[in-house]
Amino acid sequence: MIPACPLAALPRGEALRIETDPPIAVFHTEDGELYAVDDTCTHQDASLADGWLEGCEVECPLHASRFDLRTGRVDAPPAKLPVRTHQVVVRDETVYVMPSDLPPNLPPGVRTGSA
Amino acid sequence: MKSVAIVGASLAGLSAARALRDQGFGGRLMIVGAEPHRPYDRPPLSKEFLAGQMTTADLALEGDGEDLDAEWRLGVAATGLEQGRPLRITLADGSAVEADGVVIATGSVARTLGGDLAGVHTLRTIEDAAALRAGLDAARRLVVIGAGFIGAEVACVARTLGLDVTIVEAAPAPFARALGPEMGTALAGLHEDHGVRLICGAAVRTLTGEGRVDGVLLEDGRRLDADVVLVGIGARPAVDWLDGSGVQVGDGVLCDTGGATSVPGVVAVGDCAAWFDPALGAHLRVEHWTGAARRPATAARTLLSGGAAVPDALAPPYLWSDQYGMRVQFAGHTLPGDEVSVEEGDLASRRFLAVYRREGRTVAVLGIDQPRSFTRWRRRVNEPAGAR
Ligand SMILES: Cc1cc2nc3c(=O)[nH]c(=O)nc-3n(C[C@H](O)[C@H](O)[C@H](O)COP(=O)(O)OP(=O)(O)OC[C@H]3O[C@@H](n4cnc5c(N)ncnc54)[C@H](O)[C@@H]3O)c2cc1C
Ligand code: FES
Repeated sequence: MIPACPLAALPRGEALRIETDPPIAVFHTEDGELYAVDDTCTHQDASLADGWLEGCEVECPLHASRFDLRTGRVDAPPAKLPVRTHQVVVRDETVYVMPSDLPPNLPPGVRTGSA
Repeated sequence: MKSVAIVGASLAGLSAARALRDQGFGGRLMIVGAEPHRPYDRPPLSKEFLAGQMTTADLALEGDGEDLDAEWRLGVAATGLEQGRPLRITLADGSAVEADGVVIATGSVARTLGGDLAGVHTLRTIEDAAALRAGLDAARRLVVIGAGFIGAEVACVARTLGLDVTIVEAAPAPFARALGPEMGTALAGLHEDHGVRLICGAAVRTLTGEGRVDGVLLEDGRRLDADVVLVGIGARPAVDWLDGSGVQVGDGVLCDTGGATSVPGVVAVGDCAAWFDPALGAHLRVEHWTGAARRPATAARTLLSGGAAVPDALAPPYLWSDQYGMRVQFAGHTLPGDEVSVEEGDLASRRFLAVYRREGRTVAVLGIDQPRSFTRWRRRVNEPAGAR
């Protein structure tokens, strides 16, 4: 489990990037839900934590692909592949992420430090 | 409407096909494209593809297994449009396509300087990009004519390949057409920071060389040696094939705010189209990716409703560009005289967010490596004055 931040540091409507490899984005929706997905858009190299959060969807800041934060599904192109999701746990007022052990869908030209 | 023909099989054409199917159009769908390729993405041609970080397969716009149930006619250009019921599109191979509705999505064509010297390139297609890359690999000195985004991106890639690069621009500042002179001037230093020579306010008299280019002669008599030249002086709409069709053309196919042209049953989208922009009170041809991807949904509604649908509010034009690893983002449209102020960051660090205002209204936003605040500011463009 990776500690992300104190819950109070991530208000509703905000997002946070954790510098894991590859980085992970944690979102706190207006409805109070917490979600985590890979931070890098599956289309090209853009950070989803910098995107526009609406309901449980995030719109990529670069070309406006939309991803469903619950499933990672692509709701609007140009992205073709879903973004990998991670589990979020809140314990003692701290947000933790349980990284997925599935392979990520990184865009062409972007590699993880280990691969 | 039982059948629709889309002319132009690139981003705008594919987006129109998707939008028609999404909106429930179950009729016959035909897509005519002059290039032999399935739709592919152009922005990487001056960036990752030119740099060798993306392959041809990475450029594909269609998803794996995506099926729009369309009849593709690739590798054949449309040569004319005849009005009537049905509408009739004539093709270069002598055949024709008939349909109740037509989407014009023929994009634009790179402007050239004429002449036929080897080593002189423009950049619009995948073949252009491959030829340019081969040219760069064999060259030592590149001269880029035109300091727009494509020219600057190519300059960047050429620097990383170790070439000596000079950019020549006729205007007093780079990017002036898109970003206005003030921000253009602020960004001029970017090139010098990265060892690219930038010569502004200089017109090109001619390209020199016998059979193969060896230099660029400027009006002021200066001569720049070159092994390769990229001409990046903009693009003109590919609308010649509409001559005599009755479809009204200015700088691009003239459309209303829903994409309808002067001919019933015909809409136009993407780089070839100049939609009426109410915020500007004029037709504006937008030559950016996002417009070509998003506006077709509005045009499809216009077409399927026979013009009865009320068009969505027009999203302001948006473009991005990658310059020396910095992300440039711009939304809106600037006119001479707009007031520009830096709201975040500072010019000196070349990481900033600038806002353009006209009569108190935010009309455009520029972000240099400010993706998060740009995401927010972008939504304020063209809001009524005093809305926030
Ligand atoms: C090198 C490069 C880099 C770019 N970078 C960026 C960027 O960073 N950001 C950004 O916002 N935008 C960028 N753009 C612009 C973006 O790619 C265009 O806005 C987009 O491609 C427009 O799509 P379109 O479908 O309207 O036109 P096009 O992509 O031009 O496609 C038109 C298609 O129609 C075909 N056609 C033409 N005439 C006929 C005919 N008579 N019959 C049949 N078919 C025909 C053409 O062959 C072509 O395939 C870039 C463009 C280029 C060339
Ligand atoms: S990088 Fe996210 S949509 Fe292109």
